[in-house]
Amino acid sequence: MEKEPASKVELAPDVAGGEVPTFDVTLKVRRYNPEVSDEAHWDEWKLTMYGTDRVLDALHKVKWEHDGSVSFRRSCAHGVCGSDAMRINGRNRLACKTLLKDLDTSKPILVEPIKGLPVEKDLIVDMEPFFQSYREIMPFLISKGHEPAKERLQSSEERDRYDDTTKCILCAACTSSCPVFWTDGQYFGPAAIVNAHRFIFDSRDDAGDMRLEILNDKEGVWRCRTTFNCSEACPRGIQVTKAISEVKQAILTRKV
Amino acid sequence: MQVHKYDVVIVGAGGAGMRAAIESGQRAHTAVLTKLYPTRSHTGAAQGGMCAALANVEEDNWEWHTFDTVKGGDYLVDQDAAEVMAKEAIEAVLDLERMGLPFNRTPEGRIDQRRFGGHTRDHGKAPVRRSCYAADRTGHMILQTLYQNCVKHNVEFYNEYYVLDLLMVDQEVTVDGVTRIEKRVAGVVSYDLASGELHIFQAKSVVFASGGVGKVYKTTSNAHTLTGDGMGIAFRRGIPLEDMEFFQFHPTGLAGLGILLSEAARGEGAILRNSEGERFMERYAPTIKDLAPRDIVARSMANEVREGRGAGPNKDYVLLDLTHLEPAHIDAKLPDITEFARTYLGVEPYTEPVPVFPTAHYAMGGIPTNIKAEVLADNDTVVPGLYAAGEVACVSVHGSNRLGTNSLLDINVFGKRAGIAAAQYALTADFVEIPENPAAETELLLNRARSSEGGERVAQIRKELQDVMDANVQVFRTEQTLLEALRVIDTLEERYTRITVQDKGKRFNLDLLEAVELGFLLDMAKVMTAAALHRKESRGGHFREDYPERDDENFMTHSMAYKDPSATETSGVRLETKPVIFTRYQPMERKY
Repeated sequence: MEKEPASKVELAPDVAGGEVPTFDVTLKVRRYNPEVSDEAHWDEWKLTMYGTDRVLDALHKVKWEHDGSVSFRRSCAHGVCGSDAMRINGRNRLACKTLLKDLDTSKPILVEPIKGLPVEKDLIVDMEPFFQSYREIMPFLISKGHEPAKERLQSSEERDRYDDTTKCILCAACTSSCPVFWTDGQYFGPAAIVNAHRFIFDSRDDAGDMRLEILNDKEGVWRCRTTFNCSEACPRGIQVTKAISEVKQAILTRKV
Repeated sequence: MQVHKYDVVIVGAGGAGMRAAIESGQRAHTAVLTKLYPTRSHTGAAQGGMCAALANVEEDNWEWHTFDTVKGGDYLVDQDAAEVMAKEAIEAVLDLERMGLPFNRTPEGRIDQRRFGGHTRDHGKAPVRRSCYAADRTGHMILQTLYQNCVKHNVEFYNEYYVLDLLMVDQEVTVDGVTRIEKRVAGVVSYDLASGELHIFQAKSVVFASGGVGKVYKTTSNAHTLTGDGMGIAFRRGIPLEDMEFFQFHPTGLAGLGILLSEAARGEGAILRNSEGERFMERYAPTIKDLAPRDIVARSMANEVREGRGAGPNKDYVLLDLTHLEPAHIDAKLPDITEFARTYLGVEPYTEPVPVFPTAHYAMGGIPTNIKAEVLADNDTVVPGLYAAGEVACVSVHGSNRLGTNSLLDINVFGKRAGIAAAQYALTADFVEIPENPAAETELLLNRARSSEGGERVAQIRKELQDVMDANVQVFRTEQTLLEALRVIDTLEERYTRITVQDKGKRFNLDLLEAVELGFLLDMAKVMTAAALHRKESRGGHFREDYPERDDENFMTHSMAYKDPSATETSGVRLETKPVIFTRYQPMERKY
């Protein structure tokens, strides 16, 4: 694995690209502000953007140069904090991870709040119901017996068992893409199940049975209709539907 | 106006804030105020790992870690603090493992460790495997694990509550017949984003854990929300800021974007090349090459570009080469950062080198504290009940240049210490009475921003500030560039009094908050530049081309920047010094 790299190499002549071109897009944003009106409406702007710009850059351009009242959450701007999940051209995605050039820029780009959670203002939704479901599955390691003096041992294979579901950034892209969640606000939703999976399949955890019991509830995993929306929506590439079916399987066999 | 009463109020819900909350919440009535949601904080963007001399994969001990930290900081580190951090690192990693953090494992099932810049075996002999990690999302896993444990312990969060002021009162204290005036903490003033209402939080202890100030720069790895609020509030309230001239530029930001590619890439064997394909770090740091500390690597990269060996159409970046690594190894150890290269630049790291350039990353300076995380009002006077930890603080374990992984360590070690100390203080102390009209100044600040109709745009002023900081207060500095920066900042400050905030509503008014944040950014840019002007030497992250040598005789001291309108030469920032604490290491020439 460890070979010392060469002190000098020939680089390919075209290494790492040329100039980044600019292009024009039309951005349409679903607006709602109950301070002003009970009705939602669409606003649109024509913008000149650059090749590496993302939907978040377009939203910033609108907010910073055209209309400061356009409201959305964002923080890290590179897909790790989970603040800016929104519906972009009908699909749940992170605005900071969606490059404009990867969308069809010949048509207006439609940006709406994620569905199934109450809209507060423009693209900002009330996240509390989402986090409530998350908290209900006891998202923390519960381990019986003595605290070890050093670390608990865990093999790489045991760790791999739940690696995928540790990637979750709680952005709600999956949960708010789920048709069952849209119609049934009581359903735990994919994100809560993903986070339950993360502990149920962790060899260090002793509370898998309790979590399986919680998810065996009528608002638990059995509401899932396996539409795969959640897996497609996940900006972290988590195989959400697979995780949910593994939890279903574990409930049936009581074996993890 | 609503008034809340807690024993302990923690400002910020990143790693330091939540680590403090886990301790404080179990001992005293505690609230955490955060301008985001807890799992949104920028701790989650940290990638590479957290160093601790566990010696799981090779010989190591915490004394070597201490030495590396002191040398990495170019001897400006307070050595008592570095000892505490390196010693308690081991327990801090084990704490996280017990809380459930999914560290990568060795074949024996123990916590795996890998190499990182500046971390060496036996005082610089060779790189050592010291960084404990979870793929290249260690910060994400720390943030999630700490939040999970806050849920477990029912920690009370006030989400999207912006703290905008610190309430302090002067009290007369008589000790041994001598009467003096002492600053005491009464609480904080906070703005609820959802409603636009101000809330007063009365508290016996206040812990600042509100993070850094990377948004003073244009090219930065920092989140949009890292606007130096905590540092700014303290500074405005008369608390000095320590070592603000030292800002770290991380060598490997995605070119043009600033998005971070972890040093773990180089820890796993990636190397830097210039436009000629040369592994140039062999010239700058012959022993540990690409794993030299960040200040040295960043300067070397900037120098390659200056001397015309930059790659790309504008010859303005260098290349991070992973192509000699096995794709399977890259996937296992560096999945996120290789995806960043693909997503944002369309570069395939298996086969193509990745364009990178230094990106503004981390403030070594901040609110001065001692090793108990108590905030200092001057060189040695503790402010009872006031604590700070993490990037907002300067304890100082990073000196003039932080080693990679030591920030995740800092937040865990000093976050824990701050949480315990704040709770213990609250259990013995009384509430300090809230001053009359506690929110008056905050209301004035907000009303001024809301009602001003001068037509200046917040975003435009911020952009010009970031441009001037990138151009003049970056990796290389001179008196001339720094004076130019101060001059521009002064004019921007004047324009800032004439801004117009377009959103006039109360509900989720982020337009208004961006205006408030810009005020903090302007203050902090001024402090950073004035401190850089004051330090006429080169040390760690601060390189003065007009004073290229380290000058221990005149500058082996911390800087302390005070708000002082009479200091007109330096835009209202007065600079004093504070001695460095030495225990066992005498300054040596810093070579790698």
